[in-house]
Amino acid sequence: MSSVLDKTLGVPAAALHLRAMRTKVLAENMANADTPNFKARDFDFKAAMRQAQSQQAVLVTTRPNHMQPPGGDPQAPPPLLYRYPLSPALDGNTVEMQAEQAKFAENTVSYQATLTILGNRITGLLGALRGE
Amino acid sequence: MSLFKVFDVAGSAMSAQTVRLNLTASNLANAETVAGSPEEAYKARQPVFAAALKAVQGADDTPVPVRVEAVVESQAPAQMLHMPSHPLADANGYVYRSNVNTVEEMVNMISASRSYQNNVEVMNTSKELLLQTLRLGS
Repeated sequence: MSSVLDKTLGVPAAALHLRAMRTKVLAENMANADTPNFKARDFDFKAAMRQAQSQQAVLVTTRPNHMQPPGGDPQAPPPLLYRYPLSPALDGNTVEMQAEQAKFAENTVSYQATLTILGNRITGLLGALRGE
Repeated sequence: MSLFKVFDVAGSAMSAQTVRLNLTASNLANAETVAGSPEEAYKARQPVFAAALKAVQGADDTPVPVRVEAVVESQAPAQMLHMPSHPLADANGYVYRSNVNTVEEMVNMISASRSYQNNVEVMNTSKELLLQTLRLGS
């Protein structure tokens, strides 16, 4: 099951998951635009995508203090980085609304593009199954 | 699913901005009230926003909503007005006007309403994305 479905849907599905996570992170930034000392966060989509596609084996953890090596678990959420502000505010907040809005719009368009790709692949698979 | 958490985050920000807008309304409404002593005079109130701390340190996928940590009263001195004929005037003929700065409050109001609109947009966009995802493959 894994080979055909993973090869067809694997990459766009992973991308969709990461896009949804990024939507959440950017929404948090915008929600905290007026919170003193809040630092805007984001993650490197390219690096996260590379990690999600890596075929590295996951170590078995049997105790709560067992750890995965960094970048070892393809399922792990990508590490969140801090945004470098163009003009930091006096209250320690580094959210720049226009930049966040631009990133949010870009992320939304990419999410929709990924959805279209995923939809097309599903249609293709269904066509193959029906023998059309 | 991360997209559902967007509703919590944007919703928390909307309620925080509502508190701010409410306090602004209260401050503006009481801007002209006077009292017989500086202690009784109305003090401008402002909310203190804080990012809700993550439950587990290092867990990057927990949402960071906004929390209204406290409502603080402005410590600016009340304005003394010499109005000997006022029924609330003290022995020296002074009444004490609230310390509300109306210009500051107007700016606060605009900022709060813009932030609220921003979060409504974020919520709408996320809703659209979720609905499109639900329609996937049909």
